[in-house]
Amino acid sequence: MTISSLLATPSELTDAASSKSAIVLMTRIRLARNLAGQSFPGWAREAQRAEVLTACREALLASAPMKRSAHAAVSELTELQKQMLVERHLISRELSGSSAGSGVVINKDQTLSVMINEEDHLRIQVLRAGFQLKKAWNIINALDSELENRLDYAFSPRLGYLTACPTNLGTGLRASAMMHLPALVISGQMEKVVRAVNQLGMVVRGLFGEGSDASGSIFQISNQTTLGESEEAIIKRLGSVLESIIEHELNARGKLLEADPTKLFDKIGRAYGILQNSHQLTSTEAMNLLSLLRLGIDLGVFAEASRSVIDRLFIESQPGHIQSTAQHDLESNQRDILRASRLRTEFATFAKPTFTINGQN
Amino acid sequence: MASPLKCDLCTNPATVHLTQIVNNKVHKVDLCESCAQAKGVTDPSGFSLADLLLKASLNPEATTSAARCEQCGFTQGDFKKHGRFGCPQCYATFSTLVEPMLDNMHKGTAHTGKIPERALERKTLHDRLGELELSLEDAVKTERYEDAARYRDEINQLKQAFEQPKSAR
Repeated sequence: MTISSLLATPSELTDAASSKSAIVLMTRIRLARNLAGQSFPGWAREAQRAEVLTACREALLASAPMKRSAHAAVSELTELQKQMLVERHLISRELSGSSAGSGVVINKDQTLSVMINEEDHLRIQVLRAGFQLKKAWNIINALDSELENRLDYAFSPRLGYLTACPTNLGTGLRASAMMHLPALVISGQMEKVVRAVNQLGMVVRGLFGEGSDASGSIFQISNQTTLGESEEAIIKRLGSVLESIIEHELNARGKLLEADPTKLFDKIGRAYGILQNSHQLTSTEAMNLLSLLRLGIDLGVFAEASRSVIDRLFIESQPGHIQSTAQHDLESNQRDILRASRLRTEFATFAKPTFTINGQN
Repeated sequence: MASPLKCDLCTNPATVHLTQIVNNKVHKVDLCESCAQAKGVTDPSGFSLADLLLKASLNPEATTSAARCEQCGFTQGDFKKHGRFGCPQCYATFSTLVEPMLDNMHKGTAHTGKIPERALERKTLHDRLGELELSLEDAVKTERYEDAARYRDEINQLKQAFEQPKSAR
């Protein structure tokens, strides 16, 4: 399988959406691993990087979960392909900008992706739609154990898995959940939540990680520390933080509905109208409108069956994905026109809203 | 009066002062405006102090030593510059630098998670094999043939184990 045929199929995130993923859109776990006796990618010479790339790629393709995966050296990918992979969360921005000797291996259903020679020799990632921390851990743990048979990991009994940056030492594990929190944003409580989550040793970031904004009211919550706790303990702790954020979001929704349902329905109705009729949409605006429609689904304004459409459009409205549907290179305002046109088509046949709470309008 | 605070990442005067509480520990960072911007500190939604703390926690006296990693040639100065190590061996080479950092950075200072048991087993086996081969060479040189025979038998045994340890599990 090639990267281009992989990009032609929808990703795990876009396809498997269900009501279980109402607030947690996606769960992700990554493990940082390095090979013993080899310089870390940022310090290694080009020949060493090439050697590590080959060794890791062979080990990966020989493992059961990664058989028949798509793989490529970063240098073989076009700028557009890299951007689309970033938009699908399959590679990092750092990898897409990296020099010779970096690569990526992605399994067929795009639930597992392994970056080679990013900051560490291996960044193994599992990605699942919905709130599935335990399942994600079981999957990645199995792949990691299989790789350990074929590769000599750098490991110290006291410090755990040795990583290029000491902030990843120990388990090398970062678990994160992508959460849709529109009511906390609308009611201005997000700052408070971020502070509370920070105090619990977790980090809140925007949709595309560090430094990105929180368009579409989508946030990533992940553990900050990796040493001194077992993988299970980290995951359990993150899980309980997520549960409590979900509860706060649901409370905020309840309060918004109780205080002024008209205002909330107006926002959702207008978003629907704009998506059906606009002729120019930036990706940020599209994200924010789609976010309101997603909230509408959670509130029963739109049919549950529409959820997967919205989640697919979250990704397909990103600049790279819009560009990929065009024949030639687009300027950003041309992309905005194309984006609006694609969304008009999608929403022309979208099921009509019904604005009722408990039978009243 | 005290001199103005300097930026933790460069030598400019610090104008951005940050305090973050993580795991009930207070972390403070002082930055100049350009470093603050470069590190995304000005974006309140997506910012973690982890990377900054790492550099800020390097105290100056710890960086005076001119130690160099034997494996990869990395120095403490390189770490201060990049915030990343050169190779896994660096953690042993620069242990006096790493240890004080960890307490601030993590929940604990010792690993309690997964252990790559098979990889470790293989490494132990591999190391033992290396030792035995040296001993064998030495025994042959000094004409201790009985010892040499014993080493050779042990090497053969280990090699057999090396080839088929996984199927036994």
